[in-house]
Amino acid sequence: MSTPYAKLPAWADYGLIPLINLLVAFAVAGLVVLLVGENPLRAAVILVEGAFGSGQGLAYTLYYATNFIFTGLAVAVAFHCGLFNIGGEGQAYIAGLGIAIVALSFDSILPWWLTFPLAILASALMGALWALIPAYLQAKRGSHIVITTIMFNFIAASVMVYMLVNVLKPAGSMAPQTRQFLEGGQLPKLGWLLAEFGLKVRPSAPLNISFLLALVMAFLVWVLIWRTKLGYKIRTFGFSSKAARYAGISETRIIIVTMLISGALAGMMALNPIMGDQHNVPLDFVGGAGFVGIAVALMGRSHPAGIVPAAILFGMLYQGGAELAFEMPNISRDMIVIIQGLVILFAGALENMFRPTIQGIFASFSPRSVGISATKGERA
Amino acid sequence: MEFIDALINILNSTIRVSVPLLLACLAGLYSERAGVFDIGLEGKMLAGAFAGAAAAAVFASAWIGLLVAVLVSIGMALVHGFASITHRGNQIVSGVAINFIAAGSTIILGQAWFQQGGRTPSLPPEARFGAINLPGADALRDVPVIGQLYSGLLSGHSLLTYVAFLAVPFTWWVLFRTRFGLRLRAVGENPAAVDTAGISVAWLRYRAVICTGILTGLAGSYMALAQNAGFVKDMTAGRGYIALAALIFAKWKPVPAMFACLLFGFLDALSIRLQGSPLPVIGKVPVQLMQALPYVLTVILLAGFIGKAIPPRAGGVPYVKER
Repeated sequence: MSTPYAKLPAWADYGLIPLINLLVAFAVAGLVVLLVGENPLRAAVILVEGAFGSGQGLAYTLYYATNFIFTGLAVAVAFHCGLFNIGGEGQAYIAGLGIAIVALSFDSILPWWLTFPLAILASALMGALWALIPAYLQAKRGSHIVITTIMFNFIAASVMVYMLVNVLKPAGSMAPQTRQFLEGGQLPKLGWLLAEFGLKVRPSAPLNISFLLALVMAFLVWVLIWRTKLGYKIRTFGFSSKAARYAGISETRIIIVTMLISGALAGMMALNPIMGDQHNVPLDFVGGAGFVGIAVALMGRSHPAGIVPAAILFGMLYQGGAELAFEMPNISRDMIVIIQGLVILFAGALENMFRPTIQGIFASFSPRSVGISATKGERA
Repeated sequence: MEFIDALINILNSTIRVSVPLLLACLAGLYSERAGVFDIGLEGKMLAGAFAGAAAAAVFASAWIGLLVAVLVSIGMALVHGFASITHRGNQIVSGVAINFIAAGSTIILGQAWFQQGGRTPSLPPEARFGAINLPGADALRDVPVIGQLYSGLLSGHSLLTYVAFLAVPFTWWVLFRTRFGLRLRAVGENPAAVDTAGISVAWLRYRAVICTGILTGLAGSYMALAQNAGFVKDMTAGRGYIALAALIFAKWKPVPAMFACLLFGFLDALSIRLQGSPLPVIGKVPVQLMQALPYVLTVILLAGFIGKAIPPRAGGVPYVKER
């Protein structure tokens, strides 16, 4: 992919530009807050305080962030291969089925530390499986993966409704969800960890051990993408599929393997709400986290070191947004959806909007820093 | 006779549920034929529906509602154009962004302006597009079959329904019989050639995107001003994506697009009607299967098992002169 834009110093490329994009996104969101007749600054204060002001709030923030780390990593891995996996939502939803099978069969026999690895495997497997078909169709048949993964989101929703209503729902129950998991299907909470730091966390706070799993996965993704042969192939393919083919990298294999990894990461997201918090498989437990992953991956520049803070930021928005809805009756949690959209717009689709201006500023200070000779194709 | 009645009934509801699909599908057709992928049909439709319902409620006029809906949809389409044409951003990312912005802001603004939990006030009949009775429909009602078809199926729809179906031949004419259409298709296949001929790629694509905005605005208006009496949150409920599926199913052609939308609409109407009651031969079909069928069919089509769907060649690729 040739870029029509000249190079900037790395810190501007990875720090300054995303920051400016983010600020613009939040400024526009602030306008929406103004439009509904509230004070955006006060809203921001309530938001941040709600998310980080108390141990309880922080536990919720990190709980939501866990979901977004998984889905963000899933999107990022696919991005590196030049693929857009928009199907994280469906992959995570279907993964719930795998977890249900493991938890419902073993929760009375095994302790949690044995069910947990099984559930990780099951969720990753189901997520990967749901990504396999679109991947295969892209690799072998050239069907556009964006469209097929969107379709698979809807198909997953239908499958899960059917399974929950007709198969997994215990007899005599009205709610379309599985039975409550026993001890062996529940993950230990991490509230005590925050309590160690002197924060007050109620035992009900949903932060659980899958947060640590998410961090491990973030590290593993970094190792995979930047420190292994497979990762090198993935990046090569994403950078130029022609060059990859010339280098003898199998197109089919790399697309399928990447999507399997991506699907598996998205699938693991299901562990957090199901085994960590709800202790059953309810309808619609993914709740848009698959899509938030897109915003997180874009904001984090598809690098785990960027994805984790971006996920925490979105965790903050989710948790703080709940507090905000409480304080300002005109603002509901749907405000987050707008912010999410604006972040995707400004950090993703319009990421190059401010680049020419910033390049101009850099060039006027030190022409060499932007490699002025390379800006021939530049049109501001 | 009973069979005819049932048939007309189900075909009638097929038409009703197909109209927003059809308008959105044609909307996507303009944009994608010009080489701008549009995942954001859903969002533009939703924004149009909300704006239309809000304006119709405030001004008590369906026409003002329609106008505002179209304007807002065009505005959203221009954002998509600005990102993907002017700034050469990723078109899919931009479309996803539009969907989220529309989903969130319609609820937030709706709640702030009308305080009804995200809905707009229920519209009185004069602020909606009512049913139009075609001439002679009442007189022919008792004539068996033909009269029933005429008065029960063709007559009695809202203005926008007729507009939607007339838009099909019109779109065909524009795309395949006008200079604008030729250029529009060319810019979706090989923008460099169009550029070489001295025609602005960006301006052509912007015009295509504006056409998309107009049609999604009509689709939204239909949902809020004709099919329902006002806006309910998330009222498009994935129809933008089904329209996208229909567009692929129709291989980016207007007349097949109409049939694809009618097929998907028929499946929808059937699943509503059959809810729980068993079919002859097959037995009881789960509602979820019927709901998933349009998506499954599209995937099968995309896989190349029912003919091959080949998208416009330059679709999704921002145009850079130096390439």
